[in-house]
Amino acid sequence: MHGRLKVKTTEEQAKAKRLEREKKLRQYIAVTTAIFEKRKAGQLDKEALELTNQILGANPDFATLWNFRREIFLHLEKEGSPEEMQALCQGELSFLETCLRVNPKSYGTWHHRCWVMGHVPHPDWARELELCAKFLESDDRNFHCWDYRRFVVLRAQVQAEDELRFTDGLITRNFSNYSSWHYRSRLLPHLHPDPRQPGRPTEAVLLTELQLVQNAFFTDPNDQSAWFYHRWLLGRANPEPTFLCIYVSRDDASLVVAFSQPVGVMPGSDDLILFVDEAPVVVVWHTPDGRNRPGHVWLCDLPASALNDQWPQHSFRVHWAGGETQKECVLFQGCRDCWCRDSVIEEQVFRCELSVEKSTLLQSELESCKELQALEPENKWCLLTIILLMWALDPLVYERETLHYFDTLKAVDPMRSAYLDDLRSRFLVENGILRMEYAEARVVDLSGRGLTILCHLEQLLLITHLNLAGNRLRRLPPTLAALRCLQVLELDGNQIETMEGLPPLPHLEELSLCSNRVQRPADLRPLASFPRLRLLALQDNPVGSLPTAQSELAALLPQVEVTLA
Amino acid sequence: MADNLPSEFDVVVIGTGLPESIIAAACSRSGQRVLHVDSRNYYGGNWASFSFSGLSSWIKENQQKTDISEESEDWRKLILETEEAICLNKKDKTIQNVEDVCYASQDLAEDVKEAGALPNLPDFEASETSEAAQESEKECLPVESQSLGTASCEISSERIIGNDPGSTTERKDAEMTSERENLCDVTSDQSPLETGKTETISTTEAAALEPKKITYTQIVKEGRRFNIDLVSKLLYSRGLLIDLLMKSNVSRYAEFKNVTRILTFQEERVEQVPCSRADVFNSKQLTMVEKRMLMKFLTFCLDYEQHPDAYQDYKEYKFSEYLKTQKLTAKLQHFILHSIAMVSAADSNTIEGLKATKNFLQCLGRYGNTPFLFPLYGQGEIPQCFCRMCAVFGGIYCLRHSVQCLVVDKESGRCKAIIDHFGQRINANYFVVEDSYLSEETCTDVCYRQISRAVLITDQSVLKTDSDQQISILIVPPMELGQPAVRIIELCSSTMTCMKNTYLVHFTSSSTKTAKEDLEPVVQKLFTLNAETERESKNGGLEKPRVLWAVYFNMRDSSGIDRNSYDHLPSNVYVCSGPDSALGNDYAVKQAETLFQEMFPNEEFCPSPPNPEDIIYDGDGTPPEDPRFSNSSNMKTEPLSEESSDENSYKISEEHHKE
Repeated sequence: MHGRLKVKTTEEQAKAKRLEREKKLRQYIAVTTAIFEKRKAGQLDKEALELTNQILGANPDFATLWNFRREIFLHLEKEGSPEEMQALCQGELSFLETCLRVNPKSYGTWHHRCWVMGHVPHPDWARELELCAKFLESDDRNFHCWDYRRFVVLRAQVQAEDELRFTDGLITRNFSNYSSWHYRSRLLPHLHPDPRQPGRPTEAVLLTELQLVQNAFFTDPNDQSAWFYHRWLLGRANPEPTFLCIYVSRDDASLVVAFSQPVGVMPGSDDLILFVDEAPVVVVWHTPDGRNRPGHVWLCDLPASALNDQWPQHSFRVHWAGGETQKECVLFQGCRDCWCRDSVIEEQVFRCELSVEKSTLLQSELESCKELQALEPENKWCLLTIILLMWALDPLVYERETLHYFDTLKAVDPMRSAYLDDLRSRFLVENGILRMEYAEARVVDLSGRGLTILCHLEQLLLITHLNLAGNRLRRLPPTLAALRCLQVLELDGNQIETMEGLPPLPHLEELSLCSNRVQRPADLRPLASFPRLRLLALQDNPVGSLPTAQSELAALLPQVEVTLA
Repeated sequence: MADNLPSEFDVVVIGTGLPESIIAAACSRSGQRVLHVDSRNYYGGNWASFSFSGLSSWIKENQQKTDISEESEDWRKLILETEEAICLNKKDKTIQNVEDVCYASQDLAEDVKEAGALPNLPDFEASETSEAAQESEKECLPVESQSLGTASCEISSERIIGNDPGSTTERKDAEMTSERENLCDVTSDQSPLETGKTETISTTEAAALEPKKITYTQIVKEGRRFNIDLVSKLLYSRGLLIDLLMKSNVSRYAEFKNVTRILTFQEERVEQVPCSRADVFNSKQLTMVEKRMLMKFLTFCLDYEQHPDAYQDYKEYKFSEYLKTQKLTAKLQHFILHSIAMVSAADSNTIEGLKATKNFLQCLGRYGNTPFLFPLYGQGEIPQCFCRMCAVFGGIYCLRHSVQCLVVDKESGRCKAIIDHFGQRINANYFVVEDSYLSEETCTDVCYRQISRAVLITDQSVLKTDSDQQISILIVPPMELGQPAVRIIELCSSTMTCMKNTYLVHFTSSSTKTAKEDLEPVVQKLFTLNAETERESKNGGLEKPRVLWAVYFNMRDSSGIDRNSYDHLPSNVYVCSGPDSALGNDYAVKQAETLFQEMFPNEEFCPSPPNPEDIIYDGDGTPPEDPRFSNSSNMKTEPLSEESSDENSYKISEEHHKE
């Protein structure tokens, strides 16, 4: 038909394209070779800039070439006037802009831009901010650009208020933006610091932020970014470590301290200082497992002079971090041990995920989350937040309800059931400890709770009797060695296979391991170093069916009366 | 000029409305020789947009009951023994009950004229004869009919000279250059516009303090700033028209703005409807729980087909009834029914409602936070864009060119030719005729519906916000049962359809009575008609915007008519409808595609233009200039382009937002 455009057939097109590609490739290789030759020859001139220009314009991720360009720039900086340098840098910045359009997520390009901005004689920071705004407009999650923007903000000394407004704008446009929410969490404590809690914003700010973030998760409860921010809003500042407990045992000739959070004590440092009868004593601090990694519990051997029973009393005082926090106890004549322990208020014992000081705030958050949960019964973020809120509000009062929510959450989010089991274990251990505290006993019953992990063991330093029967424990953590006074440990009906890795418990006398999964006597080897162990119950374990079990165990644990059946 | 018109074409298209223009473009693109004529002196038929003076002329013309002067019947001589004639309409009867009212103060001397006014209708032409005036007319020619005007007729005359079939290249060349010239005209025309802008800016600053009164004189003087659409439509951002514009690359000829707000009228108050995720998040009028309810329902609608159990039992229900069964507050039900689904509470069933809601939601976020685009300079641009594409591929255009009759071969029953008003007989194989050109005899059995329209010029937006540049759509549900809902589209001056400090407000509904009877009650609810009264309601509630000027008219809705109801039409005569009352343009596009496929079942409908590199040119002639149809894959908005002329208007070609 006449008048119609004739168009090349696909075959012709493909061929033309192939030839085009081959031509391009030849050019690329030729130019790259030329560049490397120049670099080898140390020719740091404009021609080299021009050549690298060609390659980087097409492939901005060629890091070596950016390096070469920097070499050239440094060379030219020495030779040229500031005006020349300014012009050169300006050219470079617009070149970089074209490269960023080729690949807005190129590490090399953003890095080079930083470098150029550091070398340009008269930097125009306002323009850089504008550039970032444009790139974030096309992709508000481009973290390369966020990183570069932070650099610009720092150098341009942009006011925090302006930055907060900037995040406002981004969140208004699309609230699914981790970077913006995170940025707010950095800006708010800076703009509205709470005098009582360093690193936290004031309550008035928290309230408006909670409002904002609620808008987000009611609009789209499946978007995690808002939930993460919500969690930060309800969290609280990381407190400084304090002493939970100090314990002196005459029998063991040792002193033990438990901290509220893991600390490291460097050998030979004076972070942790012991005063006996008001005189500093040089001791060697170590952890119960002897590995001396940062931990809650540290102990030291006491010199005989400090435990002299002829004296009416000895005072022991520990200092942490130059005396900012300290604790003291007195060992009287005739006493086997002594301790000093804080009486426990639940908000202080455990640093929950969520714990702002005002419980009214938590209460109202709990109400809105429950409202949301009624509409979205299967939303895991909502369920998890409800659990954490109730946990923070009153773990004992809400215990049944919380456990119910754990079950619901596990059903809707089976992928994370192990995580949830561990979280639930922590919740139950904490509650067990709180109950013990109220009873002021040295006995803790955590049996039949479905525990999968043990935690907060540093709180149990003084416990003598621990019942963990009927849980789902697979192994005992090395931190169990924090239980310096434990005499009886019941572990019947768990899934324990081995005692491997367990440091000795100095006072343990009875250990009940019935209905577990111990296979071989060798798995119990660590018990050999338990100085006071007398009774070991091993009924209903695979090891019982081993004919040589009895004799092997007798050889391994000569002091212990082992019951196999 | 008409003497030079060739007598042989493949396709003759009569009428330059949207479907006809699309068909003309498609035919021309697939290599047909196309003659496209319109008896009016402007493009678009009932799809046209007018300047204020242009509209005034149009109003006058439609108010006059002109007798049809009996013309000579000479043309009958051209019809052979074996043929018969089907006469076409002499006078357009699609517009009725035209009534314009001016509410602004009319302190004008009689002779105030639109600055650089272009006589729109031939009647005006004779009076102004001074050379200077003619000069200026020439300069601003493209404004009125936006570039294709008489220029294309000149193209055609050039074509005829080089009508030797061998020299296609040369011909193309000529065409391209004249196309170019047209484009240049458009751009050069913008410079006075620009200066105009800066002038008005200073006045707006002053006006910011107290709302400035705009007089009728000013409206007339600034009349060229208006582009008043006869039909009020928007483009769904995933509708057929957008797809077609992109596929055919016609989109390059137009610019669009995203509609910025969806409004609702509830409890005598205008409010913004939150419809996107960002809107819901930012909304202050919804409670938290409502936010969740709304989002949940909308999310469900996006893939409602996947959850049949959620609506299966309500299939036979009205959508409004179905909404009541869902967890939604009354306010949300109102939002969804009237502002999102935009379906009738009385008629639409559940499935229709869900489908409409889904369609709305799918269009969200493609170009912005609402599903709609509005073409800058008015809806009338769109048919012209397709005409331009037709011209680029060789179509010939003649405005003010009426057709006396279709010539039908008695034996075969097929149409062979047309005879135009110059008495020239033009042969073709296919004929596309817009409904309004068909005579009463042909249409005796056709039953038409009517559309009620009103266009207001107002001084303020129906919902004021910090920005005075909002484009809004508002559906007012029927006040009484049995009445139709009224669709209102409010355009601000940055859409290039009205002067600064004014708004152009379009009302559309299907008719039950005359347009004024149908629409005035709604106008009165939203606006103050008496512009002279001082705003006394300072203490009580919201001030209503004032109407400065208004026009009401009824337009024939010739959509949805069965072809068989037209009497004695030969099978190779294809009928296009005038505008329908729906918001989108899908009907026109679908019709154009269907008719094109009937004519040319083996041809692709408006395929993408070829890459210029792939075009093979005959002989050794140098390739013609890039026909401005190269691939536009790099049309993305570029970061930090120095001139940030207008951030919100863009060419459609790439998805603007990543969602």
